[in-house]
Amino acid sequence: MSNYLLKNVSLVGQAPTDVLISGEHIFAVGSDAAKQGASAEVIDCTGLVAVPGLVDLHTHLREPGFEASETVLTGTRSAAAGGFTAVHAMANTSPVADTAGVVEQVWSLGLAAGFADVAPVGAVTVGLEGKQLAELAAMADSRAQVRVFSDDGKCVSDPLLMRRALEYVKAFDGVVAQHAQEPRLTEGAQMNEGVVSAELGLAGWPAVAEESIIARDVLLAGHVGSRLHVCHLSTAGSVEIVRWAKARGINVTAEVTPHHLLLTDELARSYDAVYKVNPPLRTQADVFALREALIDGTIDIIATDHAPHPDESKDCEWSAAAFGMLGLEIAASVAFDVLIDSGASHWQRYAEVLSHNPAQIGRLSQQGQPLVAGSIANIALIDPTKRRDAVSTESKSSNNPYLGLTLGGEVVHTIYRGYFTKRDGSVAAVGRDHTAKAGN
Amino acid sequence: MVARTVLTGDDIDRAVTRIAHEIIESNHGVDNLVLLGIPTRGVLIANRIAKIIERNDAKFAPADAVGRLDITMYRDDLATNPTREVTETVEPALGIDNRVVVLVDDVLYSGRTIRAALDALSDLGRPKVVRLAVLVDRGHRELPIRADFVGKNLPTSREERIQVKLLEIDNENGVVIAS
Amino acid sequence: MSQLNHLLSAADLSRDAAINLLDIAETMASVNDREIKKLPTLRGKTVVNLFFEDSTRTRISFELAAKRLSADVINFSAKGSSVSKGESLKDTAQTLEAMGADGVVIRHSASGAAYTLAHSGWINGSIVNAGDGTHEHPTQALLDAFTIRRRLHGAASTGKALDGVKVAIVGDVLHSRVARSNLLLLNTLGAEVHLVAPPTLLPADASGWNAQIHYDLDGMLHTVKPDAVMMLRVQLERMNAAYFPSEREYARVWGFNADRLALLGEKALLMHPGPMNRGLEISAAAADSPNSTVLEQVANGVSVRMAVLFNLLSGERSIDNV
Repeated sequence: MSNYLLKNVSLVGQAPTDVLISGEHIFAVGSDAAKQGASAEVIDCTGLVAVPGLVDLHTHLREPGFEASETVLTGTRSAAAGGFTAVHAMANTSPVADTAGVVEQVWSLGLAAGFADVAPVGAVTVGLEGKQLAELAAMADSRAQVRVFSDDGKCVSDPLLMRRALEYVKAFDGVVAQHAQEPRLTEGAQMNEGVVSAELGLAGWPAVAEESIIARDVLLAGHVGSRLHVCHLSTAGSVEIVRWAKARGINVTAEVTPHHLLLTDELARSYDAVYKVNPPLRTQADVFALREALIDGTIDIIATDHAPHPDESKDCEWSAAAFGMLGLEIAASVAFDVLIDSGASHWQRYAEVLSHNPAQIGRLSQQGQPLVAGSIANIALIDPTKRRDAVSTESKSSNNPYLGLTLGGEVVHTIYRGYFTKRDGSVAAVGRDHTAKAGN
Repeated sequence: MVARTVLTGDDIDRAVTRIAHEIIESNHGVDNLVLLGIPTRGVLIANRIAKIIERNDAKFAPADAVGRLDITMYRDDLATNPTREVTETVEPALGIDNRVVVLVDDVLYSGRTIRAALDALSDLGRPKVVRLAVLVDRGHRELPIRADFVGKNLPTSREERIQVKLLEIDNENGVVIAS
Repeated sequence: MSQLNHLLSAADLSRDAAINLLDIAETMASVNDREIKKLPTLRGKTVVNLFFEDSTRTRISFELAAKRLSADVINFSAKGSSVSKGESLKDTAQTLEAMGADGVVIRHSASGAAYTLAHSGWINGSIVNAGDGTHEHPTQALLDAFTIRRRLHGAASTGKALDGVKVAIVGDVLHSRVARSNLLLLNTLGAEVHLVAPPTLLPADASGWNAQIHYDLDGMLHTVKPDAVMMLRVQLERMNAAYFPSEREYARVWGFNADRLALLGEKALLMHPGPMNRGLEISAAAADSPNSTVLEQVANGVSVRMAVLFNLLSGERSIDNV
């Protein structure tokens, strides 16, 4: 492993300074760094802002079972391109990640690829069928050390099962991440229920189907004294409910996706299925409420819900198309747009929502660490002046809804445990070799 | 662009009168006679001809014997030219089966309009005889079609444009050649 | 006259364009009345009826329209073809393009399918939407407008719109592409539109819709005195999804029965796009009354579709102008 001296870099928006990386760790920061880093490779970071490596609490890596859309390798390369050093891989694979065996497999693939820490998410119910609890403790105990459990893609709609899951995970400090969607109110739903869906003749997905589940779940979490995480919040009403719950001291955290911070259901008028996603794009009023909530703390993190799909699943009529959008490579730029470029917030909040908070919720102690001497060197370096076309190049799929947009805040370098997984705008050819001994 | 008048309003009146008499003469009277004007100006000329025939022989009633034949749907250049306005076809009350049908148009040029008119006519019924009356024949036929009654033969070059102006819609009478 | 590249939605038509199409349909109607029901206008053009949804009457109507204009017609129905085994819309479209279709009339169960086909780049021909899911059915709206205009003005219909005409659309508005297209076209032509339905069969948010909403059919008939009432077909599957409790209750409250027929003015039209559920949304007596325009609508459908095919397929087309 090499030593690197990052020169003239702004740590989370502070005045520029130097950072010395040695092996897997940050060795020194400030004047010390230059002194001790005489033999280190110098990386000129003038004008760049460093934040702790981004952590995604919600990614779909598709492996095992759907390798045509993405694999752990291509997905984590995509993550590295976007400044991420850790991703949580959702359980809706084939076979479903509902046993220690499958989660350990995903974890190993992540390790072998070497582009980011892959923390597998365990299913809450067997086969995601919502009938019987999966072996949560076994998954928590496995080498994958699962702490986040979710049936994402589907809702744990049975209130009794949700209660039991919330209670059970307390035993190992786990958290249930709910995909809030009342199934009976959304049968056959295609897009947000509203003015646009009425005109387009597409079956509506009403906001109340999300809000009613969240309302129920926060009450359950409060009642049993457990942690609850709400996936992809998408409506103003949901924000109100989470705000109310937090005010009462309920231990709930919430995430929002980049697309829900930027795009609305008006885009469906083109019937272009690249805009088809679950939960659906909502109205402008919802977008404003979500942005406000991200800044005032009601929403804790940005999570991508990166959902790759093969071309034939999107290049067809809307109702036949799959739900989902890419997000790993664009998230940092969307966040930059919403938090920094807008003047509405600051780099500290940026680091919180993209790194520190998600690492906390996922209990990833080696991620989201402050950029100080002794921390593990997981760092994303962002150029605030650079605007770029929002293209996605590393993912195996191309269902990118941001095409045609130009966004700021490009990730120039990504350092994963002291290794450059992205350098000067290009993802490394190979990942970090986890078997290499420290100090080489 | 240079324009010169080749027919004045009076010239047109004389030509129309002569055509009307020639029609009566060739038909040996007005029995079974029916006029079909081709929109737009062919219809106006047909009406003028009809009035003169009626003055000559009251047995001819323009209200029953004059109609209009829209040929838009039968044109052979629909695929290459912009879509045109479609107007109504109105059969005369006397009908066209077994009648002596005189098609009336303002200018005869390539002959394609008349070919289309013959197709349209055959879909409407079966006349006994079909004749053609035109105000101006400018030559350059592309099909073997000829007029039976001609107001004026006007040799022209292909680059020239003939404009027939009729008071009913153009606020003046006259035929002008523009080059 | 403006020429369209495609007819996907009633919103594609400006007021003038709509009136123009209706006027051309008048000419086509007179062709349909004479002995030789044929025009050579679209000779050499190929029209494909691409029907992914069962519909004999609409398909026959388009087939007849194309044939009367001397076009060659190919009927492609999804059942019994490779589509039922999962060939995609894209592959089907590209196959047709390879065979050289000038015009494609598409009926599909997915809303937006016609739009997707027209804008995908898979196919170069003109696309006519013959019904896409619950979204639109523009030629139905045109034939409905044509029928109203004819009944109101007879031989003097040419050039007229429907200004001030009161039209009520009754039934499953939520799932009706006929309702959506009619709503748009009737407004374009200046009519006053009223929608009558149980609250469950209206869109949750119809605030953008230019129509008055009623739940009470009798009340509406009394206060509005509509010039035309358009009944929509009720699908019995809706009962199982709890949109209304029973056929009996639906027929009693929103069905057009003898009592309601009596409330209709003598000159008022009673319309139905077909096929009818006699005894459910419309009683047999009402369907067979002099007010009923059901059969005229069918005949007018051919004339209107001839006008649409003529507009789309003759003349210069700017293929890039999608």
